[in-house]
Amino acid sequence: MWVQAEVFLQTLVAGILLGGLYALIGIGMTLILGVMKIINLTHGQLMMVAMYIAFWLFTLFGIDPYVSLLIAPPLMFAFGMLIQKALVNPVLRVESILPHNQVILTVGIGLVLQNVATILFTSDYRSTPVDYASTAFYLSDLWAGTPVEISLSLPWAVSFLLSVVITVLLWFFLAHTDTGKSIRATAQDKDAALIMGVNVGLMRVITFGLGSALVACAGCLFIPIYYLFPALGSQFTLIAFVITILGGLGSTLGAILGGLILGVFESMTATYVGMGWAPVGRFVIFVAALVFLPGGVASLLKTRKLSK
Amino acid sequence: MSMLEIRKLSMFFGGLAALHDVNFDVRQGEILALIGPNGAGKTTLFNCVNGFYNPSEGQVLFKGQPISGLKPHKVCQMGIARTFQVVKPLSRMSVFDNVLASAFLRNPTRKGAQDVADEVLHFTGLWDDRDQLSKGLPLGKRKRLEIARALATQPEFLLLDESFAGLNPAELDVSIDIIRGIKQQGITVMIIEHHMKVIMAISDRIVVLNFGQKIAEGSPAEISADRQVVEAYLGEEHGA
Amino acid sequence: MKNNLVPLVVLAVLAGLPLLGLNSYVMHILILSIMWTLAGMAWNLLGGYCGQVSFGHAAFFGMGAYSAGLIHLHLGLSPWWGFLVSLPLVALVALAMGSVVLRLRGPYFVLATLAIGEVLRITCENLTDFTKGTLGIMITRTWVEKTQYYYIILGLALLGFMVCRAIVHSRWGYYFVAIREDQDAAESMGIDTTRYKTIALTVSAMLTGLAGAFYTNYMGYIDPGVVFSLGEISILIIMVVMVGGVATQWGPALGAGIMVILAEYIRSLPLIGVAYQTMFGVLLIVIIIYLPNGLVGDWPVLRRKLLRRGATA
Repeated sequence: MWVQAEVFLQTLVAGILLGGLYALIGIGMTLILGVMKIINLTHGQLMMVAMYIAFWLFTLFGIDPYVSLLIAPPLMFAFGMLIQKALVNPVLRVESILPHNQVILTVGIGLVLQNVATILFTSDYRSTPVDYASTAFYLSDLWAGTPVEISLSLPWAVSFLLSVVITVLLWFFLAHTDTGKSIRATAQDKDAALIMGVNVGLMRVITFGLGSALVACAGCLFIPIYYLFPALGSQFTLIAFVITILGGLGSTLGAILGGLILGVFESMTATYVGMGWAPVGRFVIFVAALVFLPGGVASLLKTRKLSK
Repeated sequence: MSMLEIRKLSMFFGGLAALHDVNFDVRQGEILALIGPNGAGKTTLFNCVNGFYNPSEGQVLFKGQPISGLKPHKVCQMGIARTFQVVKPLSRMSVFDNVLASAFLRNPTRKGAQDVADEVLHFTGLWDDRDQLSKGLPLGKRKRLEIARALATQPEFLLLDESFAGLNPAELDVSIDIIRGIKQQGITVMIIEHHMKVIMAISDRIVVLNFGQKIAEGSPAEISADRQVVEAYLGEEHGA
Repeated sequence: MKNNLVPLVVLAVLAGLPLLGLNSYVMHILILSIMWTLAGMAWNLLGGYCGQVSFGHAAFFGMGAYSAGLIHLHLGLSPWWGFLVSLPLVALVALAMGSVVLRLRGPYFVLATLAIGEVLRITCENLTDFTKGTLGIMITRTWVEKTQYYYIILGLALLGFMVCRAIVHSRWGYYFVAIREDQDAAESMGIDTTRYKTIALTVSAMLTGLAGAFYTNYMGYIDPGVVFSLGEISILIIMVVMVGGVATQWGPALGAGIMVILAEYIRSLPLIGVAYQTMFGVLLIVIIIYLPNGLVGDWPVLRRKLLRRGATA
């Protein structure tokens, strides 16, 4: 009995920790979706690039991945702005028969990033062997008589806490700064924002940068606890959009909840079904969301508004 | 006989009533004008009839059958066609193909559909523009294309949403003739319109909406004599 | 009659090509080009005409390929039966997919297609007992010569061409384009948009599945990493259409020829060869920005630009 409870609780804790990081990825995606109205299908690849930055900083200069939180996200912020300015903006002006051609564009960018990474860094699996990698806390250290033992790995816990801190900072930025408010205004109603004097073009550029920086943060938080290879990007792009659908398109709070749900679900799948099936589990939850809850978690949060 | 019955129709958007307890009938063969200030709920009512919205409360009956909650394409198949206030041409299709695509609804064969499209294009005076891409048309003709496309579905009931807005006087006359011709074909029409001159000229009866509620119903003469209407709507229009 | 003349001439020329005694490498290029033409025409029906962009045609291609491979592996049947097996299988998956995601508007379909290709690849890699996983499936090819394969794929492509052409000029085709242009307008014209989008998806998927089944028979070897690949199948199909011409009759054929030759050329380059997917990505980006409707689709614009340049020079 206790053993089963222990496994379940341990799985739940692992899922929540994973979900916290997923939330960060999802927020970046949903921000870009909200402001640009496009699905950024190169989101995971941007994270992969950030992870390589953190990896090389660690390998070459011994810079701790958590310290590269101060380096990689600003770089990716600039990179994201560049993508928006040099590639996405021109495509927004192009008239094409195909809808979603900006989405096709992001897939193209992702393809290039992934393959360039393969050429430069080979498809070998890499990781940053930080010396605190296997440090862990145990529940029994705090409570000697506990009936179930739960361990908490130090890097997982730190990554989770930092992702919470970053999310709170982002919330503060969006809620209380002029730029943040302008971004929200652009997401809500582009035309109204234009009339109110918001520089919509600039907001788009900043948003793409911000989304890239957020997923770069997630990358820096993932690298101490995960491994890295070029094709990791497409895997995380899939994760990002499953979170976005699960949360409700464009909803930040939804993305956080979506991230947590997916994290817990994947953790459960891995424990109770098998490691290799996590991607299939992801797809199942994606289809389930489409069938039963097309508006995502966000549609449950607010009183249903009809729009046409 | 009532073609369309609006029964206790209400539509709420997040607690805000766009329509509240609206009741009226549209009789077979008549032209009924739906007027009211902007935001009165006219287009919302159209959307409730044609199936874009599922009304929060109440019913819409077409020839005695409830149609609320049906999908727009089903409603159209039953014989109710509509136009859009903000025109929705199929931009990269020619004028002819726009109408042809509609005509396929009741004429599965290409030959049959083509005959209907030809007839409708002549009737709406768009025949000479048939090979143009619809996005290249001037606004007046795009408004008429909306009507042509609706007619090509061979409806019994037509919803026209501001088909006269933005037309010049010459185009107005053409469109008035078209609407009268539609009536002669026995098609019942409900029209949303702001042009009082047009309304008085073509409509058999008028329903006035204000803030989502029906405030008056009657013949054009009755409506223009109604003080409440003049204050709520005509006064504002004339003053503006 | 005049409308039928061009296809007939093209068909006659294509049918006559093997008589010239072309070497087997040229034949290989031709066979691949025609195979991608078939897949491109299929994608074009759904993406170009109906406006539903799919990033997951590898799913249908792979299902076709594995239909042929699996019946051979487990039932000992000739992989040529894969064509027949793949049709109902692919249609079923497309119908199921359509009924779930095509009733929703927005980016759901795009995402679902992206997901389904990946999921099938992963499933195929994990079901090692059934599919042999990443080892892949090997079959013995029926002929060593290319000529037979050439005529078979030519016949399939002709079938695809005629199916697409018939649909585009029929009620269905008009409905597809109406849906692409404006879904609200289409709905109010009495078009059941969900139904016709699903039809477009299903026909498109079935034709793509045929291309996949041919791939197994022709190549003699399949593995999940290739036939379900996003970069090598799904994106390639999109590029075939985008390069050639979106929503045009001949665009996919032109695009397929260009892409196959280009891919072979890039792969043959020293150093850069390994990076051919990077080149594809770059090319895709360039096309989206400068040739959004493809060579055939943007031909009027292109010609104007070229003429203007000629006039000022």
